[in-house]
Amino acid sequence: MIETKSMKQPFSLKLSSSLFVVIWCLIASFPIIWIAVMSIKLPIDAFSSNPIAVIFGPVTSNQRYSLSFQELFFCTLFAVLFFKFREQLYTFYSQFIKFSYSVNITFFYIFSIIIFYFAFKAFNYFIPVIDVLNIKILGYTFEHYQTVWIERGFSNYFKNSVIVTFGVVIVSLTFGTLAGFALARTSSSIAFWILVIALVFRALPHSILVAGYLPFFMNSSEILRPILGDLAPTFFGKPYAVIAVLVAINQPFTIWLMRSFFQNIPSELDEAARIDGCSHFQAFIKIIMPIMWPGVITTGLFSFMLGYNDYLVTSLLLDGQNQTMVPAISGLFNRDTSTTDQVVAVAAAVSITAPLFLLVLFFQKQIVSGLTAGAVKG
Amino acid sequence: MKKKDFYLFIIPSLLMMFFFIAVPLAIVFQQSFYITQNVFQEIEVETCTPGFLKQICKTEIQTKPKLDLNGNLIKVSIFVGLENYKNLLQIEKLKKAVFNLSLNEIENITFWKAFRFTFTFCLITLPLVISLGLLIAITVNNLTQSIKGPVIFISLLPFIITPIIGALAIRWLFVGEGILTSFIEFFLERDIALFASAWTLEILMIIYRVWHVAPFAFIVFYAGLQTVNKETLESAVIDGANRFERLRYIVIPHLMPLIIFVSLIHLMDSYRVFEEIVAFSSQAYVISLQWLTYDFLTPDDTGNRLINRASTSAMLTMVGVTIIILPLLKRTWEDYREGKL
Repeated sequence: MIETKSMKQPFSLKLSSSLFVVIWCLIASFPIIWIAVMSIKLPIDAFSSNPIAVIFGPVTSNQRYSLSFQELFFCTLFAVLFFKFREQLYTFYSQFIKFSYSVNITFFYIFSIIIFYFAFKAFNYFIPVIDVLNIKILGYTFEHYQTVWIERGFSNYFKNSVIVTFGVVIVSLTFGTLAGFALARTSSSIAFWILVIALVFRALPHSILVAGYLPFFMNSSEILRPILGDLAPTFFGKPYAVIAVLVAINQPFTIWLMRSFFQNIPSELDEAARIDGCSHFQAFIKIIMPIMWPGVITTGLFSFMLGYNDYLVTSLLLDGQNQTMVPAISGLFNRDTSTTDQVVAVAAAVSITAPLFLLVLFFQKQIVSGLTAGAVKG
Repeated sequence: MKKKDFYLFIIPSLLMMFFFIAVPLAIVFQQSFYITQNVFQEIEVETCTPGFLKQICKTEIQTKPKLDLNGNLIKVSIFVGLENYKNLLQIEKLKKAVFNLSLNEIENITFWKAFRFTFTFCLITLPLVISLGLLIAITVNNLTQSIKGPVIFISLLPFIITPIIGALAIRWLFVGEGILTSFIEFFLERDIALFASAWTLEILMIIYRVWHVAPFAFIVFYAGLQTVNKETLESAVIDGANRFERLRYIVIPHLMPLIIFVSLIHLMDSYRVFEEIVAFSSQAYVISLQWLTYDFLTPDDTGNRLINRASTSAMLTMVGVTIIILPLLKRTWEDYREGKL
């Protein structure tokens, strides 16, 4: 398109829209950054009503660890340089280490952190201390994370979260890809009705379903005894039962999303494979799946988020020992006994957010494509 | 695709949905007409006190809960028809309250309190989410290419964060002497307690929800903006349409299907409002329909779960879902008939 003069934006509009975007970014990130800052401060700083005190943590700085001006300067410099030259660095690095992209990039960041650590030590060792710049300003402490992960058993909850989340992702993808493929490759009216019913199921509040499971799950060993004998399990509190429930809750969304991805793949491809003598299943595995990975990853991400973020189902159907991280946090913020407990809850919240943050960092493109896949065509 | 192959591919998914969604729904429907009680039995008990020459004995009839062989309480389900619904809906009280035009009286009935909040919450957040999402999408679209990536990254954070954690993050900003509360107090020059009255809590919940969902609207609208026909825009310029007119008559109509899509998804999701209640510990002031069911399902002090009441409130919640989802179903049906699905 030719940039005509009238299409060009006046300066005032450009300025105000940039300003608006800046404000939005501040609003979007502020609560998250803020809890991250709070979590490394002593309670008296973290819940101070003065924002400057929360950021710099004078009490924390006195009683625990702190960074001086000069160290802070070094950290910022390193971060800025790293961000600026990350692509060149990555190209250089990938000459030596060759795995698949995702493994490579993980190692890349791990190496960068290790190098940063040693560079930081070396910097402190070699650069003579200048008194003026050596004032301690930024206080920090990781004791709340220690409390959360070691004393309050979050390492155990984390393990449970991993089991439930990955169970949900794997099962839901297996079933979802198969069903999505079938639905994309047929035009029968049954397929339409299945999709409509899935749409209705997608809208159901999850508490309705849990009201249906609870009595059965709690008494399942008695109910199933005539069929299974003494092997009959009690489903209540079992991670695999929760995985099944979450997979089912997630199925409607998964098959809609998968279907729209499969529809983008021309059906001539699997027809060609069929002419060459493949069965439907072979064509699916050998021809369609290799080009479906982006769609599978996107759908997997959304299953991951559903399994990981769920509070309602896991808090009702899992008991203490098998609890996942998200419902476990309610035990922390509800004890209003002391502010220390509150900061411990903040640290727990940050711990729960960290994996999601990494997820956006690595899979931003896939998440965006998943959000738009259902919408743009419809 | 042949029928047989189609069923082979789809059967695992269908079974999952059948056993874990359709069957529980049927069970809930059935449970909502029953109440579960302990079985009581009348036992003749003879109590004797030592007396001279002869013990003094009294026999009386006591009602005691019946135990099974393991010493557990025996429970039975009794069909009560619509009794559960009547108890929950409190039609008489509601009629009186509506007759008196008193919102307070309506708020005193648990179910209608939850109902009132859930619906106002859906209806207030909807226009806010749509307009904020649209505004962000249009402004971001104006930016230079290089900073769009980082802006989208930052925008995704509120969307991807665990709902309960996001609500907690907002809570910690405002709770007690939290920094934003102090900030507001500085302007109002008086003390405020945001977590001690219903309307402030509701405003905080709306703020949280808009913060959480606007990125979704933004991403969808932004993707839609990429497909606006540039030539139509140019010809509009030649015809003398100003910026606002171009937005009003070309961009918005182009985005209309997406706006409807986002609205429906948002209504579905905000109707399920639940995490905010837990994170803000607002159950004394504000509750939602889904929270009500959750509360019945949570064991009380004696370890009892009010499954039947939960089922009843769940079924009533279902009614609202169907109302919200009808337009979506209608649209899907039209797409199907036109062969667009």
